[in-house]
Amino acid sequence: MNELMNVVDWSRAQFALTAIYHWLFVPLTLGLGVIIAIMETIYYRTRDQKWLATTRFWMTIFGVNFAIGVATGIILEFEFGTNWSNYSWFVGDIFGAPLAVEGILAFFMESTFIAIMFFGWKKVSPKFHLAATWLTAIGASLSALWILVANAWMQDPVGCQFNPETMRNEMTSFWEVATSPMAMSKFFHTVLSAWVLAGAFVVGVCSWMMMRKRNVEHCHRSLKVGGWVGLIGIVLTIVTGDSSAVTVAKSQPMKLAAMEGLYEGHNAQEIVAFGILNPAKTVDNNEDPFLLNISIPYGLSFLATHNIDAFVPGINDIINGISKDEKGNIINTVSYEERIKRGKLAQEAIAQHHAATQSNDAVALDEISKVLDENFKYFGYGYLDSPQEAVPNVPLTFYTFHFMVTIGGYLLLFMALVLFFEYKKKLNDKAKWNKWWHWLAILTIPLTYLCSASGWIVAEVGRQPWTIQDLMPNKVAISDLSAGYVQTTFWIFAVVFTALLIADVSIICKQIAKKSKTDLNVAEF
Amino acid sequence: MTHYILQNYWWLIISILGALLVFLLFVQGGQSMLIHAKTDGQRSMMVNSLGRKWEFTFTTLVTFGGAFFASFPLFYSTSFGGAYWLWMFILFSFVIQAVAYEYRSKHGNIYGSKFYDTLLLINGIVGPVLLGVAVAGMFFGNEFTVTKANILNVQSATISQWGSAHGLEAIVCWKNLIFGFMVFFLARTLASLYFINNIDDEEVRKAQRKHLLINAPIFVVLFLVSLVLICTAQGVQVDDNGNMATAPNKYLHNYLEMWWCLALLLIGVGMVLYGIGKTLLKPDYNHGIWFSGIGTVTVVLTLFWVLGFNGTAYYPSTIDVNSSLNLRNSSSSLFTLRVMSYVSILVPFVLAYIAVAWHKMDHNKITQHEIDTTDPDDKY
Repeated sequence: MNELMNVVDWSRAQFALTAIYHWLFVPLTLGLGVIIAIMETIYYRTRDQKWLATTRFWMTIFGVNFAIGVATGIILEFEFGTNWSNYSWFVGDIFGAPLAVEGILAFFMESTFIAIMFFGWKKVSPKFHLAATWLTAIGASLSALWILVANAWMQDPVGCQFNPETMRNEMTSFWEVATSPMAMSKFFHTVLSAWVLAGAFVVGVCSWMMMRKRNVEHCHRSLKVGGWVGLIGIVLTIVTGDSSAVTVAKSQPMKLAAMEGLYEGHNAQEIVAFGILNPAKTVDNNEDPFLLNISIPYGLSFLATHNIDAFVPGINDIINGISKDEKGNIINTVSYEERIKRGKLAQEAIAQHHAATQSNDAVALDEISKVLDENFKYFGYGYLDSPQEAVPNVPLTFYTFHFMVTIGGYLLLFMALVLFFEYKKKLNDKAKWNKWWHWLAILTIPLTYLCSASGWIVAEVGRQPWTIQDLMPNKVAISDLSAGYVQTTFWIFAVVFTALLIADVSIICKQIAKKSKTDLNVAEF
Repeated sequence: MTHYILQNYWWLIISILGALLVFLLFVQGGQSMLIHAKTDGQRSMMVNSLGRKWEFTFTTLVTFGGAFFASFPLFYSTSFGGAYWLWMFILFSFVIQAVAYEYRSKHGNIYGSKFYDTLLLINGIVGPVLLGVAVAGMFFGNEFTVTKANILNVQSATISQWGSAHGLEAIVCWKNLIFGFMVFFLARTLASLYFINNIDDEEVRKAQRKHLLINAPIFVVLFLVSLVLICTAQGVQVDDNGNMATAPNKYLHNYLEMWWCLALLLIGVGMVLYGIGKTLLKPDYNHGIWFSGIGTVTVVLTLFWVLGFNGTAYYPSTIDVNSSLNLRNSSSSLFTLRVMSYVSILVPFVLAYIAVAWHKMDHNKITQHEIDTTDPDDKY
């Protein structure tokens, strides 16, 4: 069992490593693609060479970043098979479809038109080139759509039914899978947050150049586009964050409770604005969850349900199967002890199904189907040893969630100020606070990256121990490998990705430094 | 449409993607030949010629994997999780390729151009050889078992169990290696034909004809040996009830029973040889890549068809014949295959815009002058 747990841990670590590195590059590709397309559109409409020069400046950075995003992406796709082989069979019927659609519709669009975008300036007409740039940006977003549909399905498995003959879940409604509230919230929240990151990146780079008084005119052009994309992005990210919270409250109440460090829920539940968790608190003791916290009354009830009086269950409530109506009357739901029992019943029924089919025992098959129908939604709980096993890492989920929300609020203010200063022409050489503002803008780049990564940590750590919510825990999803094998590939990828990240950052910095010294009002080929 | 038809349809799609992938491996073949460039100018033209195509190979590989996952998830689960090292080496070689093109000539790339050229060389050799090894394993079999009921046993839940070498044994199997090196020399042959077509430079074309004269005969010999090995290999026959049994010379029988498949194989081989032969014999003939490329696609299509059609297990297990994977026991459900089939209607549209883009980009061939006058940031 220890060996098994080690393989699980290393497999998780390897997937997390790949996903984190992948997500360092993808949001900039998603957001910068849109920014470049807007800039080229302005050039196409005005035929102003300055806009062409500005477009090409950002396109160079886009290209460097794009390659490493592609490289880390292929690992993610194949790791579903190499490290999570049981998962691949158990849900491949549903999960594989969005991946195939992604490949056919999005990847080819991206890979075909990016070649024209970079090398087609002198080979195709300006109109065709502009179309290629937009299609590259759209292809990137389409690619994000399908992989996020797949991810959302793991968080909220809808549109499927278990088939005991094939021992797997099978799709019953593609539409339900593709348009589930979880999928829609996740797609828009993620892609729009990428716009914010790219906007912050553009603003930060321009601030660095303005500090050095290089190509100030180009910077003002870029700030306007980057600022607007960033502002629209952050407003819509906050709006979609709200709908994400509602879907999480419905489908993953344990995750929501962990995000808030909430052990005992209440009606009209407050939300923690700032808090320090008590390290001694566990689900088994009565310690106060917080050493310090500042809360907003009714906040969590409103966030989770849009009803300020609603009951929001805490971790212990969920484990014990307790909920309450608006008046505070207790409603019993299914406790985790019960879920584990019912999960085992479902598993036994599946085991009996094969024998009943072989003997063609219709009565037994009817009975088994009934048991399965009643209990299959708790199938995954049958693998758990105790209810406590179903509680995610609360501190990591709590702190990353609050960091994400805090930085998200800051980014709203920041992007609004960027545009205010830009349109009021406050960013000029005479302003004494210019330098401080520019430094703040530069520091906002890493803050935005951390904010973006935090969002993914909340989403993925908060749903542990599930690979597929309620149906398949990690320990059942893995391949039959030794821990040493996965540990070896983990370190190989860690070294390779880190070396490539260093090269990527170095090239981007050198490109910015080099190009900032050229005249970015003149387009060069 | 019935489940049976859709399973065959999706094997056809997989075959097409696999065949296109093998053709597009000319990019890897070309990378393995960069060390032969006599001058920096020649190397630059070759890298830039390949650099505008590497994404197609990469994307086809990703889509090939995605389509396999979606249509035959038990293969994805069994092969990828089982032959762990084989697939990890393949992945690793493609990861380093993607960045090598973009970084090799960029200011501030830290490790220097030669480092990235070495990465391209590694991908150029490891990619085709190991992809060939992986496909060879589909003909010659692997040591694995599949027990779906394992999923109910938390102590040993993995349904696909593989030997402890996890793919290393496939890499050192001589039959697989012959197939792998056959793919490698095919990739180099196609690369020479591609360079001759895509680079308008007499020195490059002359040098590539010399390379073609070496690589093509080696490929032809390895191909014939591989074909003999395949035709004499023991396959697995699947009857109408899904029962499986070993069958000697199964793939030879498949070629003979599916005459159209054999005819296409011969036509494909003829086209490959015609493209090579005419390029070697006529110094001003530069279009061999199209004959040999289409011929390659045709031959690989027939290989996939004898592998999966005519009641054949396309992934035989050498230790438990009943664990072998065939189109019926490893596919997605009827509903999923049907849904994806609607999506596949868009494939011709995708192929059409790729063709348009390819034509526009390749209309003017790469020349030394173009490379010299292009902004450093617009070339590899």
